[in-house]
Amino acid sequence: MEGRSVGVVTPEKISFEAPLALDCGRTLPRYELMVETYGTLNAARSNAVLICHALSGDHHVAGIYSSDDKKPGWWDNCIGPGKPIDTTRFFVVALNNLGGCKGSTGPNTINPETGKPWGPDFPLLTVSDWVRSQAALADHFGIAAWAAVVGGSLGGMQVQAWAIEYPARIRHALIIASAPELSAQNIAFNEIARQAILSDPEFHGGHFYEHGVVPSRGLKLARMLGHITYLSDAAMRAKFGAELKAATPSFNFDVEFEVESYLRHQGQSFVDRFDANTYLLMTKALDYFDPARDNGGDLVQAYAKATAQFLVIAFSSDWRFSPARSREIVQALVAAGKDVSYVEIESELGHDDFLMPIPQYHRVLKNYLDRVAGETA
Amino acid sequence: MTPFPVPHPPSPASLRPDLALIAEWIEPGQRLLDLGCGDGALLAHLAQHKQVRGYGLEIDAENVAACIARGVNVIQADLDEGLSDFGDAAFDVVVMTQALQALQRPDEAVEEMLRVGKTVIVTFPNFGHWRVRSALLRGAMPVTPSLPEQWFNTPNIHLCTVKDFEALCRQRHWKITDKALLNHAREGGWMSRAFPNLFAEVALFELQPMRPTFAL
Repeated sequence: MEGRSVGVVTPEKISFEAPLALDCGRTLPRYELMVETYGTLNAARSNAVLICHALSGDHHVAGIYSSDDKKPGWWDNCIGPGKPIDTTRFFVVALNNLGGCKGSTGPNTINPETGKPWGPDFPLLTVSDWVRSQAALADHFGIAAWAAVVGGSLGGMQVQAWAIEYPARIRHALIIASAPELSAQNIAFNEIARQAILSDPEFHGGHFYEHGVVPSRGLKLARMLGHITYLSDAAMRAKFGAELKAATPSFNFDVEFEVESYLRHQGQSFVDRFDANTYLLMTKALDYFDPARDNGGDLVQAYAKATAQFLVIAFSSDWRFSPARSREIVQALVAAGKDVSYVEIESELGHDDFLMPIPQYHRVLKNYLDRVAGETA
Repeated sequence: MTPFPVPHPPSPASLRPDLALIAEWIEPGQRLLDLGCGDGALLAHLAQHKQVRGYGLEIDAENVAACIARGVNVIQADLDEGLSDFGDAAFDVVVMTQALQALQRPDEAVEEMLRVGKTVIVTFPNFGHWRVRSALLRGAMPVTPSLPEQWFNTPNIHLCTVKDFEALCRQRHWKITDKALLNHAREGGWMSRAFPNLFAEVALFELQPMRPTFAL
């Protein structure tokens, strides 16, 4: 299942002038979303697929920005001509979510009221807020209903919210490596990540832009912690073992072990590309997601509103969003009488596996989406 | 339930004979759980011909991918882990074809099926069949059309005869509401009917939970 690249792509900034009411009670008078699309919307506008990104993702999902660009979009292995999400059959829409830091309105963009970056004054968002803004994006393209909405991790939460909140606008819901709500352990990891950022002296209460600094130590620590939870113990062992970089211990706190070097590199490269306020906002959106809480504590009741058909996929080595959590989703969907399939992919890496081209994973996606494409024809 | 038309792929022209018989036992529109559903042939057939809605449970990755390709709801799961994901009497019918003998505890599996389903259909290869007996008389583990594997690589760890299964039903108070006994052609010939434990290669049983009845 090789498939080709979508090639050189160009992002587009789309402005929305209608105000967006947010769950926190505030309203964004206007906002912009950075968007990439691949493939062609058919005449019936029935072949559109929305990709929802996870914590640190963005609108650049597939393709490259120039012929010598070495780094394709974050899910390039899955999206393109002949790939599981086949751009010769689907019109694929990807965006940087509101509150993101890759061009959509968010903490690092200018607040028109003050003329300065929003920073900590940017409202905290929920998954439902994102889905409302994505519905406005669907309206922009004249898409009445998505053929499918697809997302992993936090993206899978957006897929669930789509199915519950806009049942008439989503035909297939593909929920990958996700959960019906975060576990206490997951919220705890997020809280440590936030404390790392909040306690960095260069955070300046979120107004660090004006001081010409970034809370790089805090953001780096947050990312290092995250990375540990995205990998399985076995994967880390296989990748790094307990190898010293030098022949003998140096008895200090410099980088000595391969895994330390890896984590520091991951942390540092993240600081260079991500915004600390966005990281805080994204982790809070994860923590707040709980469709059962919004429906009297009953997940079955929450899903009862859905009319989409569901595909739920989990990865055996993922402990941050374990298969058991995906099975909770499936169990509730079955109890609600919904059409659902569940696949557990044998995997080794951990949570990060949802981005990997594992043959069985891509085959299941392809088999499922072939059928979806058949319905849109 | 879904407001969008869902085309069903055509099911194979000929359904396996034991599956075809099960399909006859199932009423239109019933809610079905198929344990060990394989490539989803039965569910696809029933969805197309009887508007049956349901789910298949399957552990094998190839089969799961095949079910998804034909649009059957499939849940990848290990039957030995039980049916705790499903509520009491959640399904009209729970079916298990040719898988009972490969489970760790077939008796517990049937109990679970009777909890989850209002009606249970199980099929299994009859270890009392004359081919099996004649092989054992020759002093060798049987290899027959319905038991094609060798003793060392067979998944079948809890084989039983028709007689054994009926004894278990009596002992556990499982009510047998129907049965069919198929010969090597998977048809109900007269010899399988007259001497089921000797001539039936495949046995089909329909069971129902014995609901307690209270005398006033």
